[in-house]
Amino acid sequence: MKLLLDKAHIEGIRYYDVWKKNGGYQSVEKALKMAPEEIVEEVKKSGLRGRGGAGFPTGLKWSFIAKPEGVPRHLVCNADESEPGTFKDRYLMEFLPHLFIEGMIISSYALGSNTSYIYIRGEYAWIPDILEQAIAEAKAAGYLGKNILGSGFDLEIYVHRGAGAYICGEETALIESLEGKRGNPRIKPPFPAVQGAWMRPTVVNNVETIATVSPIIMIGGEEYGKIGVGKSTGTKLISACGNLNKPGVYEIPFDLSVEEFIFSDDWCGGIPKGKKLKACIPGGSSVPILPANLLLKTAKGDTRLMNYESLADGGFATGTALGSGGFIVLDEDQCVVKHTYTLARFYRHESCGQCSPCREGTGWMEKILLAIEKGKGKLSDIDLLWDIQRRIEGNTICPLGDAAAWPVAAAIRHFRDEFEWHILNPDEAQTHNYGIAHYADPLEIAV
Amino acid sequence: MVQFSEDKLKKVNEIIARYPEGKQKSALIPVLHLAQNEFGGWLSPETMDYVAGLLNILPVEVYEVATFYSMLNIKPVGKYVLEVCQTGPCMLNGSDEIIQYIEDKLGIKPGETTADGLFTLKPAECLGACGYAPMMQLGKFYREHLTKEKVDSLIEECKAGTAKVDS
Ligand SMILES: Cc1cc2nc3c(=O)[nH]c(=O)nc-3n(C[C@H](O)[C@H](O)[C@H](O)COP(=O)(O)O)c2cc1C
Ligand code: SF4
Ligand code: FES
Repeated sequence: MKLLLDKAHIEGIRYYDVWKKNGGYQSVEKALKMAPEEIVEEVKKSGLRGRGGAGFPTGLKWSFIAKPEGVPRHLVCNADESEPGTFKDRYLMEFLPHLFIEGMIISSYALGSNTSYIYIRGEYAWIPDILEQAIAEAKAAGYLGKNILGSGFDLEIYVHRGAGAYICGEETALIESLEGKRGNPRIKPPFPAVQGAWMRPTVVNNVETIATVSPIIMIGGEEYGKIGVGKSTGTKLISACGNLNKPGVYEIPFDLSVEEFIFSDDWCGGIPKGKKLKACIPGGSSVPILPANLLLKTAKGDTRLMNYESLADGGFATGTALGSGGFIVLDEDQCVVKHTYTLARFYRHESCGQCSPCREGTGWMEKILLAIEKGKGKLSDIDLLWDIQRRIEGNTICPLGDAAAWPVAAAIRHFRDEFEWHILNPDEAQTHNYGIAHYADPLEIAV
Repeated sequence: MVQFSEDKLKKVNEIIARYPEGKQKSALIPVLHLAQNEFGGWLSPETMDYVAGLLNILPVEVYEVATFYSMLNIKPVGKYVLEVCQTGPCMLNGSDEIIQYIEDKLGIKPGETTADGLFTLKPAECLGACGYAPMMQLGKFYREHLTKEKVDSLIEECKAGTAKVDS
């Protein structure tokens, strides 16, 4: 079932006329006849969880927004999308801008935001034009501006471009950046729902989260909540990349097995040249990498499904996380050491530098991994890496520290043999890859 | 002299008006994008001071920001900046070879600019195009599914001045 991408194939759907002809803006019409609290209630009932990565229940988050008398509130949409492996929000904004704008209008109304912002990563430099056109079209049709559809609700939406910084996806860094500052995350509390942008109550939500509010209003929160599996309700966009025959953006049902998603022709169509599956990072670079055996089945032997609970089954010892839905596949020819090195380099590059465990630790991890990759590592480096990542995790202002630590931890946890081989065979490691050897027995893994 | 045209000044005021009154500093990054575009692809101290004056903030508030964000250049760059993504998913699809190929072809290392001032090679971290790897950003747009042949023709287009880098 498709709730977000059902109209994506229609020619010209990016433009207002086509969108409107295909049932566009009905959710806004419906929502503005409801009370804002009723919309929050519907979203709560839907069980929608934030699609930016953390999976926090959206309705609950909305209910936290403070409402001090006379102080404006803001909705800020997080379109920073910089987590390696993730490119789904881009797809929504590029191809279905009106779906997204509908979600922005309804969410702003529910939260009482009369000025809402879309904070978009600066590199998506052509997308603001698309969004601004959609906003102008919606405004011309009376869905934005003053007294929308006679409801008394006023709304302006502005697109704000960032300038290249992954950390600005963290919501308090995003707010700092929106205020024209460096993207240094704030110490919480206070939470944005109480003091966010310009110290006003602010809700930050992901693009996909906001777009999903439109179908929730159309079909009703309860109905939406019935779709899916357990606490994974609705559908999810997955951006699939790495070694796949058909990489791209897919809307999946939560009962889809990981195996079917990778290998079925309806989805990613398997791995190029018939190569074997080696490993996968299923939820964006920050979530643990899993070897093929643990990816397709849980440690208990159950089929692994593409949903929050199933991917997390086994905790970090034998499981991973759905995260942002950035699904990265590595085939048998790929080197886990090198791949982990590129991620470590990424996190070092993106650390804002405010806290020493993250600033120093990400640099050390990058250097050690590069040494191992280049055949200049020592066996003791593996334990050193483990020690560094452990000291970063949980000891920083924002979760980027954890996000940098986890990929390294998981790579060592599941591919220690490959790290050792690299170190013990420095010359061979420059021309060959380790391939697929044995994996740690899932049941005997030390955490 | 660094000075926006009337047209661009109007644009600056439009941007400032998006934010609450007295919070014109919020316009800083958008205005720096404009300035960088307008004044030679980078932010000279003179440009930064000018922007500080426009927004009525301290020059240091502009320097702080300009040094933080990877898209803001605080040193001159070539006319065409080839920003090739090198993060994991692109690496899995051969971004290293693309970067090496450009290095060899243009005779520059990552971070360097060709002697004629035409090209800068700037390795980038994940640009949100991982499914269409390997890829690079050139001006306003992405070039995806790169091959050596595509790189060749792109470089030719740049030399001929026909490459689409802005709209
Ligand atoms: C380092 C870091 C980067 C993040 N990047 C993004 C991002 O690019 N997009 C996003 O929606 N959320 C990102 N998040 C999560 C946000 O902080 C926040 O949880 C999210 O925008 C909330 O929206 P949601 O509840 O709709 O998911 C990031 C978090 C961290 C710690
Ligand atoms: S954890 Fe890293 S990115 Fe987050 S505040 Fe600390 S230094 Fe900055
Ligand atoms: S890794 Fe290159 S675009 Fe994401």
